[in-house]
Order: sequence, then structure tokens, then C-alpha cells
Amino acid sequence: MSETAMRLDVFKTYKLYVGGKFPRSESGRVYEVTDAKGQWLANAPLGTRKDTRDAVLAARAAVKGWSGTTAYNRGQVLYRVAEMLQGRREQFAAEVAAAEGLGGKKAAALVDQAIDRWVWYAGWTDKVAQIAGAANPVAGPFFNLSVPEPTGVVGIVAPQTGYGFSFLGLVSVLAPVIATGNTAVVAAAADAPLPALSLGEVLATSDVPGGVVNVISGRTADIAPTLASHQDVNALDLAGAIAADGPGTATALEELAADTLKRVLRTAVDPAAQDWTNDPGTDRLLSFLETKTVWHPMGQ
Amino acid sequence: MAKNKNAAEPVRKSGLFEYAPAPESPAAAGDIATSYGHFINGEFADSSGSEALKTVNPATEQVLAEFAQGTDEDVDRAVKAARKAFADWSALPGSERAKYLFRIARIIQERSRELAVLESIDNGKPIKETRDVDLPLVAAHFFYYAGWADKLDFAGYGPSPKPLGVAGQVIPWNFPLMMLAWKIAPALATGNTVVLKPAETTPLTALRFAEICRQAGLPKGVVNIVTGDGRTGAALTAHPDVNKVAFTGSTPVGRAIAKQLAGTRKKLSLELGGKAANIVFDDAPIDQAVEGIVNGIFFNQGHVCCAGSRLLVQESVQDELLDALKRRMATLRVGDPLDKNTDIGAINSAAQLARITELATAGEAEGAERWAPECELPSAGYWFRPTLFTGVSQAHRIAREEIFGPVLSVLTFRTPAEALEKANNTPYGLSAGIWTEKGSRILWMADRLKAGVVWANTFNKFDPTSPFGGYKESGYGREGGRHGLEAYLDV
Repeated sequence: MSETAMRLDVFKTYKLYVGGKFPRSESGRVYEVTDAKGQWLANAPLGTRKDTRDAVLAARAAVKGWSGTTAYNRGQVLYRVAEMLQGRREQFAAEVAAAEGLGGKKAAALVDQAIDRWVWYAGWTDKVAQIAGAANPVAGPFFNLSVPEPTGVVGIVAPQTGYGFSFLGLVSVLAPVIATGNTAVVAAAADAPLPALSLGEVLATSDVPGGVVNVISGRTADIAPTLASHQDVNALDLAGAIAADGPGTATALEELAADTLKRVLRTAVDPAAQDWTNDPGTDRLLSFLETKTVWHPMGQ
Repeated sequence: MAKNKNAAEPVRKSGLFEYAPAPESPAAAGDIATSYGHFINGEFADSSGSEALKTVNPATEQVLAEFAQGTDEDVDRAVKAARKAFADWSALPGSERAKYLFRIARIIQERSRELAVLESIDNGKPIKETRDVDLPLVAAHFFYYAGWADKLDFAGYGPSPKPLGVAGQVIPWNFPLMMLAWKIAPALATGNTVVLKPAETTPLTALRFAEICRQAGLPKGVVNIVTGDGRTGAALTAHPDVNKVAFTGSTPVGRAIAKQLAGTRKKLSLELGGKAANIVFDDAPIDQAVEGIVNGIFFNQGHVCCAGSRLLVQESVQDELLDALKRRMATLRVGDPLDKNTDIGAINSAAQLARITELATAGEAEGAERWAPECELPSAGYWFRPTLFTGVSQAHRIAREEIFGPVLSVLTFRTPAEALEKANNTPYGLSAGIWTEKGSRILWMADRLKAGVVWANTFNKFDPTSPFGGYKESGYGREGGRHGLEAYLDV
């Protein structure tokens, strides 16, 4: 056998990630994804409004189980995501390098940081109730306790700009949402969806129950408004929404969200200036929680 | 009002247990001026417009005073005053801000009888409630948040959290002073300045509060009060120099405000409607549960967003519970809010009475059975007898829509899972009640109810240290407690 025999690469067929499965878009359509220089990388499924609604159904169905899982167990699952990612570090580094036009070293550093971010949030699952809850000293013979609870289904418009947006940015907005027991439907970065779609494969092998995370690629102008107006989506993270007027932009999405009084985490004042390597703090972790206060009389 | 179809035996025997009238003196409310302007930059000021509204005593329909319909220009003046005051107020050491709030709390305590009577006259709620519930809580709120002013670094929002700036606050008519306290106390403690718009049917105590701010020596412009109806509120929430909007009121208005603020950087907190389930299990202590149900729906004439307006009773104790409830309801005294024996006062306005009447009529039309105890209602004023609907299904309007009046809808269930399902079957998620002697069941239910406040074996309890606010379409953000600070901090 000749050592110089030609070998063709096996291309990857990227698929949506919905309800723990990898469907093609119901539209039967794909769109071209290119690298930062415009070279063709792959075709991504052109997710539709229907795909998005299916994903919301899956996310809703998963809320009960995921929010009911013990915080200890959720932490274990999140840590398992980091383990699985570690093994596929090179693949993600290549995808990030292509998506953001970065050198291999920088891209690998971003992936490392994304892995570490999963580890960080894994540790938060069983601590957030202790920093966000309270035993309230009410003036009367009552036992009174406030506890944080997940909001429910969170629609995420994944970051589309900013340093490290394609993967570290994505992880930075997704991990805190599910760490606290919510489930998520992610509108992947429209022009750079491949790291998000590949993350679906990692989540599927990381003990994350099907439906907890759902990833839709396609036109943000189709997917994001569907999430914003959906009755069964409880909150919206507009991380990647463009802060301008027009369909599918932050203002329009906020207006849609107002109809169902969704909790909205607004886009940054200048999303393009965002550096996703910055310390995330607890803002996103606490943004998708409700505080429930329980009163009970005390007596003999 | 419709005739009773199923009147219970009257329990009150004539002559026995009758109470002599025990009226509070209206004079204790102090002088009510014939007309009021706004309170802007530490001064009572005339409106730039000529339109005036009238506030009436809902128990007598007599006009109490005229007050200004705030114009865009009035709102702008107030926001400018608040903006100007913000620099110094936010720079003041927290320990000094605290002292102002402590002063306000103390003056409220000193003048609490006056304020309670005035509130009762302007709102129609019983003096028993303003005196024993509203005013103590109003003072307590200022005391609680006073103590936070110099401890914000420890509130869990990082070191030296910053105020937002000018807060535009719009409050409802059901707890005029209490809502004012819930809004103003945390805003000032965190270093914000405020422009507050009280409801157009109950502006008097907010204007009286302005005097208290002056007595406390509060710097000019830190608190501004602009009166008027929804137009004034909309001008305030839309003002470009407002950094924070806080609203308590109906879900439709909250939705409109959320839409109005889309695309701005204004921080928003909303405390909206509710349709709370009060769930009674077969092992509940019946007498205590009945008291809780009565308190849950008839407190403040049912003008309470967290009112327990849907009674879910386990089928096996339905008859026993309803008998006891009807007996208890027959003892409720409806009438003069200033009588210390009054349990249920006047409905706040003619418009509100019409809304309650309309929904109650819809309840009958949709096939639910209506019951109310016999009682004489005063000839003048706005009144509604405490009313009970049985045979209510989840599809009925009276089980879905917020009535905001003394109307209770009774539904039944068989298992805890069914109770939970029905309780959560609403777009609202403000509060819920559970009545059972079984602790594990309380915790199981409390864990699963989609409601911001869950009262177990009690109902309608409030405290400044305890966060209050809703899930879903009952709004977002929490008021009260450490959590209440977040709405006024840049975090």
C-alpha cells in the first residue's frame, strides 16, 4: 500500500439538537456556514419557527425532571460536560478558530476557559440557594424562608459577537441557566453555529437529560422572535441580540416578551465590545431564578 | 345584586351579640385642603395645567378634595428636581441616609392615627385594618430599609453597589401608604431619588407623606409626588431621564409598561395581578382554615393582588367547610369604614364596583351558584356583600380573571396532585395558601406551587423582612427583604 494514497476527509453533517435527539430541520433546508474569511466550512440546518416550537415543547417537558434533580446531581452532570469537552478539545479549538478567525493557540485557550467555566458552574449548583435564599426574621411567630427556584424554560439568543463569542460566550450564557435547574432553547449564533451544534453532541453524552438543552441554528430573525413570543418560554437571555431597531433585534424582542411578561436579560450596551473571557460573576446565575417565600406559623 | 339562592340560616340572633357603633373621629385625619397641587423639589406646587381631578370618600360619595392632573411638564419638573437631588443624596454616607429614613419611620409612628383615619376616609378600607395592619407595616418598612442604607456592601450584590438614579414609581389605590412605603423606603436607602405617582382615587395620604418628608428635613427633590391618572403615570414611566421604573397594579398596565420600556436601559420591576389558590385538605383544622379563607379573600374588601380568591377544597370536607364558612361570613360586618367594628368597608370606586358586579354576574351566567349573607348595605357609597360562588369550574371567568373584590370562587379536588394542577393552572403566580396538619404535604405542595409567596396554615401575612412578588404574569422582581434592594441597585 502506498503511503501517499489520497484520503478524502469525512465531512460532518451538522444537525439540530432537540429533545436529546439530532433531527434535521423540518424545513429540509440547510445554509452555508463559512469561516471568518468566507471559506465554506459546512452546511448547518436552517432551523425554522416550527423547529423552535418543537424545542420549546421538549424544554418544557424536561423542566420537571431537571429542576427536581438534586443540586448535587446537577453539579455532577455539569462537571461531566467538562470531562466530555476535555476529550474533544482539539475539535472545538478548530471550530472556534474557524468561526472567529483566531490562531490555534488563542482558540485552544478559549476552549480551555469554556471547559473551566463548566467546572465553575458545576460547583455553583448546590451553593446558589445558600447565597440567594434567606431565613427572614419576621415580626411574629412565623417560620419564614425564601428560596430561589428556576424560572422554567429560558430562551437564549447566543452571543454573535465579542471576543470568544462562538463557544466561550455560548457556554457563559448556557451553563448558568441550566446550573440553576432551568431548561434552555438556544438560538445559535447565526453565522457561527458549528461550536453550538457540536456542543449538543457533547451534552447528549454527558448525562444531561434530553430536552434540558436544545440548540437551533438558522436565521435569528425567525428563531428569536418565536422564543420571545412563545407562551411557554418563561425568560429570555438577549446576549446575542443586536441592540438596534428592526425585526429580531433587542427592542423588538423585548416588546414581544412583554406580552407574556417574560423576564428579559438585556443585551450589553455594546455587544461587539464584550470580552467573554471576563469573570462572569453571578449576574446570569441569579437572573433566571424566582424567589419563593414560605410562611408557616410557629407554636406548640 | 342578585338574590340569595341558597341563604344559610342566619346565625346572628337579633339582639344577641349586637355591637354598638364605635366610630373613629373623622377629625383625627387632620385638615383636608379643598385642593392639592404636586410636591416637587420640597415644595407644594401648582400644576402647569388646569385640569383637576376629585377624590371622593367611597363610603359616602362625598368629594374630599380636588387634586392636580399632572401634565408632562409637571412630570418633567419633578424628574429634574429628582435628578438634581440625586448627586448629593447618593453621595451622602449611608449612615446619614439611614437617619433620614429612621426619622420618617418615627414620624409615621407619631402620626399613625391621623394617617390611618385619612387612609380609611380616602380609600374606604376599615379603620381596623389601616390602624392595625397598614400603618404599622408602613413604619416597619421605613425602619427596615433605614437599617440597610449603611450596610449595602453586605447585601450580596458585590462591594459598594451603586444606585440607579431617578426612580419613577407608580402605585395602586388598594394600599396607598403601604405601597408608597414599599417603593420609597428601599429606593431612598439605596441612594436613589424618586418621583412617585399615587393612584387617582387615593392621593391624599401620599400628599400627607410629603409633609412628613418636610418634617424629617429630607433634602429637597429626594422625594417628589406628582398626582394624576394613568396619563401622568405614562408620562413618568416614559420620561427619558428616569432610570428605574417600579409599578404595582394590573397585569395589562404592567404589560404596557414593559412594552414601553423595551429597548431602553431603564430597570423595571412589576408587581401585578394574582388569582391565588387557597387549598384546604381534609385534615386541616376547619375553624382556623375558615378564618384564613375569610382573611384571604375579604381582607381589604378583596382589593388585594395576593387575595386567596380561588378556594380549592378537598371534596370529602366540602360540605362541612362550606357550612362553617357561610356561618362565619354571616357575621362579617359591612359598612362604615370608620367604625372600629367594621370588617368590610367600601369598594374603592364606582368603576371598581361596576367591574366586580360585572364579573359576579358572569359567574352566575356561566352556571356557578352564588351565595351571600343577608346584610344591610348603606344607601350611599359603593358596597358589595361578601360573596361566595360554588360549583365553579376552571373554565369560568370567575376562576380565571382577577376580580379584585370580596368574591370567592370555590372549586374542589380529590388528591394533592389534582390540587396542585388546579392551583398552578393560571397565568398568574403571586401567592397561594395551604391548609393541612401534615408537614410533609405542606413542604411537597410549597415546593411545587408556582407562586412567589406561599402561606401554609396562615394567609395574607406581610413583613418588611420578607420578600414579596410573583411568578409568571404576576410580574417580576421582589419587594421587601434583602431581595427588595436589588430592584434599586445597579447589579
